[in-house]
Amino acid sequence: MSKRTRTLLYNVGLYTAVVVICICIIAPFAWLVLSSISTRAQLTQVPLRWLPEEPNFEHYRRVFLGGPGATSVHRNMRGGALNSFVVASISTLISLVAGSLAAYAFTRLRFRLKGPLLATLIVTQLLPSVAIITPMYIIMRTLNLLDTVWALILANITIILPLIIWILKGYFESLPEGLEEAARIDGCSRVGTLVRIILPLSAPGLAASGMFAFIIAWNEFFTAFILSSTMNSKTLSVIISEFSSKVGIDYVAMSTAGVLTSLPPVILALVFQRYIVQGLTAGAMKG
Amino acid sequence: MKLVKSSWLERPPVLAFVLLIPTLVLVFGVLLYPILYTLWLSFTDLRLSAPSSGSFIGLGNYIEALKNPEFLAAMRRTVYFALVTVPVETVLGLVIALVLNQKFVGRGFVRGLVILPWALPYVVNGAMWKWIYNANYGALNALLHQLGLIEKYQIWLGNPRTAFALVMLANIWKETPVAAILIQAALQNISAELYEAARVDGAGVFRRFLHITLPLLRPVIAVTMVVKTVWALKEFDLIYVITQGGPANATSVATYYTYLNTFKFLRFGYGSALAFILVAVSLVIALLYVKIVSVEQA
Repeated sequence: MSKRTRTLLYNVGLYTAVVVICICIIAPFAWLVLSSISTRAQLTQVPLRWLPEEPNFEHYRRVFLGGPGATSVHRNMRGGALNSFVVASISTLISLVAGSLAAYAFTRLRFRLKGPLLATLIVTQLLPSVAIITPMYIIMRTLNLLDTVWALILANITIILPLIIWILKGYFESLPEGLEEAARIDGCSRVGTLVRIILPLSAPGLAASGMFAFIIAWNEFFTAFILSSTMNSKTLSVIISEFSSKVGIDYVAMSTAGVLTSLPPVILALVFQRYIVQGLTAGAMKG
Repeated sequence: MKLVKSSWLERPPVLAFVLLIPTLVLVFGVLLYPILYTLWLSFTDLRLSAPSSGSFIGLGNYIEALKNPEFLAAMRRTVYFALVTVPVETVLGLVIALVLNQKFVGRGFVRGLVILPWALPYVVNGAMWKWIYNANYGALNALLHQLGLIEKYQIWLGNPRTAFALVMLANIWKETPVAAILIQAALQNISAELYEAARVDGAGVFRRFLHITLPLLRPVIAVTMVVKTVWALKEFDLIYVITQGGPANATSVATYYTYLNTFKFLRFGYGSALAFILVAVSLVIALLYVKIVSVEQA
């Protein structure tokens, strides 16, 4: 076999593999998007016509603008989106603050119980949610927080804070200690060096872990499902799960809700790809 | 020159404790306390529906669980789920990582695209596949029918065997990219010189893969598989959304069985014991994980 045919065969094989991978990844999600802009009549005909004759943005209009045809389903999607956003962003912000303080302690300070504390943080990531949800439910009931966004924020923090500490620890470790020592000789306190030197230099790390944590919190389902009961705190994930347990559902509305719920995490992940890959490899915990 | 060292707050152990207070309160208060509380509940017969219940019954719940054929069947399904999905995801992830590591037009785009299934919320993933598997209008039926592979539309989720297989397929679609991303990151760290040297020595593609790539990827593959196994043991969202444990309990894995007993039958004591059996299994695997990671770092 000449070198040219070998190269040709290699390229044919490579590009076939690339195309197959792309189709497998895109096809299911593309079908969800197509379903959301089809009409009910078109989706329920046999044999199925895959592409809508003309796109139908009716449900998107009803969600965003209300107007004729808008029902409680569409209002709930708006309310759920707001709850999801509030829960994901507040739990991410609190975790970033608490996480950078803790990551500093773990990387720059020597103290007893450091090893066991770190190990416990990792192990918490591996516990199934069903194992902690019963007492968490009882605690939230005692604190009168059931069915509030604060219950979901607290629950999400326990999930993302250990991840953030882990990722930031890696960043802080990569910074040279010389800078801080110079600042401390100039009279800067330890907390001062953290705020004025380490945090600004770890901006990419803060962004990476924040983005990663936001997506995980936005996508969280189980604790929200148990701790919320009305639109007071139901997130989009909970609303979608209710769609699929109903009989005779409107598939177009369901698909619209699915696409809208996926957009924030999918767009963030595609735009900040590099950060997500860093987060995944540093964490190697959250599947 | 000011000397701040004299401040008591500057002493490392004191400062460390102060800096860790928020984390300790948030993670340990909202997580560790519940775990211990779950452990206590697992030794009681607490039922939310019976106010006078909640007395200590020792290992009663654990003995009941280990004798209960339904729980044992659910546990077997969980193990089966992990034994199928984890190796498939790891092998597919390895193949995708090897392809993404070649040079081709549009590589940056495809590498980004691989993240899509990871970013999709679990519940949306479940709803999406449930819609695809729909018996009357689903895309799977339409596709197979139009390709002439099936004569009649099938009730995929009504058959115990296909239902479990299709739930696993939905899990594999979502989880494979993480394996691919982890393995690909490790691939990029393998120096090109190694391959060059092997090529000079006359080693072909397959021998280079077997003797260079695979041994160097061993640590990342091990970590990926252990982490994925723990995650497979935790799987709940997908089952809840797609099948609700059905048909005829065919997809009722251990987490789903635990959820049913705790929140549907309100047997908090028994449910806590079930949860703790899961925790014990996860911890054993977690210890394995910590051991692998520390061996690799040593």
